[in-house]
Amino acid sequence: MSRLPITKTPKVYVGGAFIRSESARVFPLQDAAGNFYANIPQCTRKDLRNAVEAAAKAGPGWAKRTAYNRGQILYRLGEMLEARASELAAAIQLGGAAKAAAAKEVTATVDRLIYYAGWADKYEQVLGNVNPVAAPYFNFTVTEPMGIVGVIAPDEAPLLALLSLIVPAITSGNTVVALASSTQPYPAIVLGELLATSDLPGGVVNLLTGFRKELVPTFATHTHLRAVSAVVGADERKALALGAADSVKRTRLLKSEAQPDWYADTAQSLYAVRDFLEYKTTWHPIGA
Amino acid sequence: MPTLASKKRKTTARNGRPAPELIFGDLWDFDPAPETADPKLKPRYELFINGKFVAPKSGKYFDTINPATERKLAEIALAGPADVDAACRAAQRAYDNVWGKLSGRERAKYLFRIARLLQDRAREFAVAETMDGGKPIKESRDFDVPMAAAHFFYHAGWADKLEYVAPGRRVAPLGVVAQVIPWNFPLLMCAWKLAPALAMGNCVVLKPAETTSITALKLAEIIQDAGLPPGVVNFVTGAGATGAALMAHPIPAKVAFTGSTEVGKIIMRSLAGTDKKMTMELGGKAANIVFDDAPLDQAVEGIINGIFFNQGHVCCAGSRLLVHEPVAAKVIAKLKQRIKVLRVGDPLDKNTDVGAINSKEQLAKITKLVASGVKEGAEIYQSPCPLPAKGWYFRPTIFSNVAMSHRIAREEIFGPVLSILTFRTVDEAIEKANNTAYGLSAGVWTDKGSRILKMSTELKAGVVWANSYNKFDPTSPFGGYKESGFGREGGRQGLLDYCQLV
Repeated sequence: MSRLPITKTPKVYVGGAFIRSESARVFPLQDAAGNFYANIPQCTRKDLRNAVEAAAKAGPGWAKRTAYNRGQILYRLGEMLEARASELAAAIQLGGAAKAAAAKEVTATVDRLIYYAGWADKYEQVLGNVNPVAAPYFNFTVTEPMGIVGVIAPDEAPLLALLSLIVPAITSGNTVVALASSTQPYPAIVLGELLATSDLPGGVVNLLTGFRKELVPTFATHTHLRAVSAVVGADERKALALGAADSVKRTRLLKSEAQPDWYADTAQSLYAVRDFLEYKTTWHPIGA
Repeated sequence: MPTLASKKRKTTARNGRPAPELIFGDLWDFDPAPETADPKLKPRYELFINGKFVAPKSGKYFDTINPATERKLAEIALAGPADVDAACRAAQRAYDNVWGKLSGRERAKYLFRIARLLQDRAREFAVAETMDGGKPIKESRDFDVPMAAAHFFYHAGWADKLEYVAPGRRVAPLGVVAQVIPWNFPLLMCAWKLAPALAMGNCVVLKPAETTSITALKLAEIIQDAGLPPGVVNFVTGAGATGAALMAHPIPAKVAFTGSTEVGKIIMRSLAGTDKKMTMELGGKAANIVFDDAPLDQAVEGIINGIFFNQGHVCCAGSRLLVHEPVAAKVIAKLKQRIKVLRVGDPLDKNTDVGAINSKEQLAKITKLVASGVKEGAEIYQSPCPLPAKGWYFRPTIFSNVAMSHRIAREEIFGPVLSILTFRTVDEAIEKANNTAYGLSAGVWTDKGSRILKMSTELKAGVVWANSYNKFDPTSPFGGYKESGFGREGGRQGLLDYCQLV
């Protein structure tokens, strides 16, 4: 007799722990052939708020890590992904991607991590500077992370796009609460397991699965999210912008209808890091 | 011209007892020292559209009042939607046909010219600014106007060096930019907005605040004299409705706003769902933090400058004094002594420290918030100084025993009112300083260098002044965290907010 395999119960990675939705709701995921694959947590507004709390707890510690340390941790995450490339590729293939395409998405994702890992201890040198003010002051502008960034990932390139949005935000010390693709959530489930085995402190990246319709309004209005980075449609952009106004939240809203090319060189940029930074300028008197 | 110190006080001074401190106003009078340069005001100011002064299509005008005398200074054209449309179209034409095609080197020369022409007419502009807005002439003369010129001069040099603004990427202008500025630094805000936008190659439609339009329209004269191509800069004057028409107009690719957080949020909502870029420079409730090792006399001067500069009409005003408990009594006593000798009165008098409140509405708002402070149980102290009979003035005011929950500790008063809180530890100072929805600026007074850097790292504020306050420079980026807005003005970082990466 053949052995009946043990199937995995998908859980999302929030606050360094694997959880199901507090609502106990799930939605079924089919594989590419249309057969039942697993039940995915259908996260709620409450789950989102809990994730924001976890991100808030992790934030100060992560921001205080040295830039060198953050760079090494991102690099380590790249090592974890590379080592489990086939598992990630299989997760992507569930959505119908061909084997070669799925493998390509994984390697592009690893390369993207390595790209940002290298920025961790350099962006400050490029973005900040000393200002030659016309008075006896040493005046300098440095960057600081904004805090907690909400991420809403597109359905296309469910792993690559998700990490292309998350990584530039955490490179500088922000923490993230991310909503994965609802049509292709499984790569985010596997990614959570890799995050847990990397050196990234729990709570720095929190992944949710579920439906945008339920969660976008809370992403828009939650005042502890200091920024939102999303690839969304016109109605969602408007809802996010309206909610953002209540707490003067920063938004980086890409148009899903424009179908961004996540493999392009322009999909990774120092300026994606910059978009989640505040500039702080200090005036220090010069005197004896 | 009325003098500031009253004769009556002089005769009763000290009653022969030795003075504990030299209270200048008590001992002798100052003669008035009015600034007499001619502001060259016109009785009526038109809109500035496509390089020409034009009447508003509606034919409507509104009065601009001198807050120091409550007398009408001039009448200002009221721009309606049709005028705003004409201005936006003129800006787009100028961008498409001239300014967008001009080399950075040539754009730079226009900006240098504007800086120079403004320096030429500096005193005239200072007097006009003081009459229209109520700020002391010593501030408009020594700060507003020279700093405005400096902004044009600084940004001029960037126009042909834009490849250094965003390393690794090429930058391009956005097109037409809509800008709305407040009444507290009318000319300076105009320069902050125009200079980077123009250096980057954008064209501009700018709306000054309705109570302070004159210096923008005088700047329009300079823009004409400089030979700036028509339509590159357009001024539409009016109140909120004009601003709303400008924000809603489809042509501008970006909106830059400086003003209250309340209005900033309204603008953000009105632009939701559009592709317009935004920068917001909004309100503040800055903490000015004094440690027990600070040079206290110097700190007191900094506290005074932090809150009474420009009558406290400053978004980054040091309106919350956080003072270390061991020195709190001493600092408060020194502050009381110090505000007694602040000279409040005629803004045109060169000796005046605190001028007129910009408008009747603002005076009412300050009065209301101060009343709430008294009602909520904070301890008020106001300078006993005489106030002019006519005009809108408010006594320099300090509140001690303020709690974090008091309205005067949470809301932006935008007037000469200081709220004093105390702290015991560095952590408590940081916690209290950051416990606000705002995050524009902060001050730190201590003798310890490492503590300055610790505080500057922990404070959630865009600008931190160490052992100083209210310092500004065109090279130094300015802007807020949290509900104080986003984007920066000044420096390399400010330029980046006026371009697109290509």
